[in-house]
Amino acid sequence: MTSNAHLQRQPTIIRQKSKSSLKREWTPMKVLSTLLLLISTLVFIFPFYWIVTGAFKIQTVATAIPPEWFPLKPTVSNWLELFKNPIWRWTLNSFIISVVEMIAVCLVSSTAGYVLAKKVFPGRKIIFTMFIAAMALPKQVILVPLFTMLADFGWVNTYHGLILPAIGWPFGVFLMKQFSQTIPGELIEAAKMDGCSEIRLFSTIILPLLKPALGALAIFTFIASWNDYFSQLIMVRSTSMMTLPLGVSMMTTQSEFMTNYGVLMAGAALASVPMIAIFLIFQKAFTQGITMGAVKG
Amino acid sequence: MEAAVSKSRKFVIRDWLMSYIFLLPAFGFFLVFVAYPMLRGIYISFFDYSLRNFDFIGFDNYVSLFHNETFLKSMRNTILLVVIAVPIVIVFSIFVAVNIYKMKEFSRSFFRGVFYLPAVSSVVSITVVWGWIYHPNYGILNYLTGMLGFEPISWLGDTRTALLAIIAVLITTSVGQPIILYVASLGNIPTSYIEAAEIDRATPWQIFLKIVWPMLMPTNLYVIVITTINTFQCFALIQLLTSGGPVYSTSTVMYGVYEQAFLLGHFGLASAMGILLAIVIGIISTIQFKYFGSDVEY
Repeated sequence: MTSNAHLQRQPTIIRQKSKSSLKREWTPMKVLSTLLLLISTLVFIFPFYWIVTGAFKIQTVATAIPPEWFPLKPTVSNWLELFKNPIWRWTLNSFIISVVEMIAVCLVSSTAGYVLAKKVFPGRKIIFTMFIAAMALPKQVILVPLFTMLADFGWVNTYHGLILPAIGWPFGVFLMKQFSQTIPGELIEAAKMDGCSEIRLFSTIILPLLKPALGALAIFTFIASWNDYFSQLIMVRSTSMMTLPLGVSMMTTQSEFMTNYGVLMAGAALASVPMIAIFLIFQKAFTQGITMGAVKG
Repeated sequence: MEAAVSKSRKFVIRDWLMSYIFLLPAFGFFLVFVAYPMLRGIYISFFDYSLRNFDFIGFDNYVSLFHNETFLKSMRNTILLVVIAVPIVIVFSIFVAVNIYKMKEFSRSFFRGVFYLPAVSSVVSITVVWGWIYHPNYGILNYLTGMLGFEPISWLGDTRTALLAIIAVLITTSVGQPIILYVASLGNIPTSYIEAAEIDRATPWQIFLKIVWPMLMPTNLYVIVITTINTFQCFALIQLLTSGGPVYSTSTVMYGVYEQAFLLGHFGLASAMGILLAIVIGIISTIQFKYFGSDVEY
């Protein structure tokens, strides 16, 4: 990257010929940066290529040197081996936890965000500051006390032990507050003049307006909870309560002799595919959500 | 209208009450599962708290951490991780964003997607495949470096390379969001600024330094702060790739918290570690805000 910066100081003569950079010129700098972009693209995609092809390689092929870049004799034996584990149960657990969390976070964040953005009431500032402060504070501080607390409740190795702590997510409230601010106040006033009750106002006017932000928040929450490896690791005690990522990670340490990369890759593919699919389908909403929460000074 | 509304005291109180009801679900969960544990964390850091004991010991946990070589090593690794990874993430993200933001919508979402993939797919999957790529015997990395004439290296088993190997994976999982943010803020820079500079024969490098970089400042601040916090919290990579080894060369404070609390059952000591880490993050974030925040101009 630094070498690129250096190269950007290239001859100005070329530039002077055509003054608009909007025209495509293949200057040395441009060639180099395009090359760098393509190489990094390859580096980023390669692990996924390796997961998918590895899932169809038998062990002797997976550990062959020189490596077989493409499985010449693809096999489904890894998948059969993988399904000897309670994979369906793990997948179901992951989905239950992520979906419930997603719905709950969207519900509680939208009401709280709306109120924080549009209402004036005592304590509003303090409450909002608390949410913001919690966003900046690292999770580490609360992990141990949270765990001992949940253990006292007897919630270890339960669904609610995994789901409930994640619902009061400060980021969700923040995101919904940011978006609610864009709703025109006249709209709310007008609805009130017509005698609209608060709950009806929220459900028929505000909630539909919040849809784009809710979409982004839903994806965020789903991905975050699917990937909340640490919480799953410390909260889950039995094989039947395991989530998909946790089950896959267990396979790396489980086998006594040698890691079976084919089976491992099949598991890795299964753990990633739902996320990637959701991201690709809703990329637009997701991108909007990221930019909404951050920039737009 | 406003005055008439505010006159009705009954109405105002009902409005407040409604606001609290709307706020309660999120705030309730937040108080019980975030705010209370935070305070309790500070409280139990002053105790010798394990499965058997719960004795008040004042600052002993903190004192012992400062004399604990493993902890100091973890703190050093954590800071190294941030110092190396964060600047690379920033430079790389800006590089990619500058190269793709002018592209057509289709190619732009393609590249955004590519760089977001490692962040969005399960961290366990990423870790597992990198463990294979780095394998000393069957790993593809050693095969490739071998073709260039290098000796095979046990990337994750050697104290000299293990932390760097982890940082490399960490970077691939961290650049997705910054790239999306930079592409968005580059799109917000009025093209007239850049065209005017070009008419004045500014070089691309001058345009970047004098126009683009200052306009990116608000985004920089956000990206730097979130990347720093995420780097501090990096856990799955370390637990699954190296378990903090070899000889604690990849152990971080986050991993130390896990080890002390959940493998050894020293909850008080682990809490103290978490709080020390929070203090370090707080200091670093404040410096970042002071340094980058002061430059923010619109």
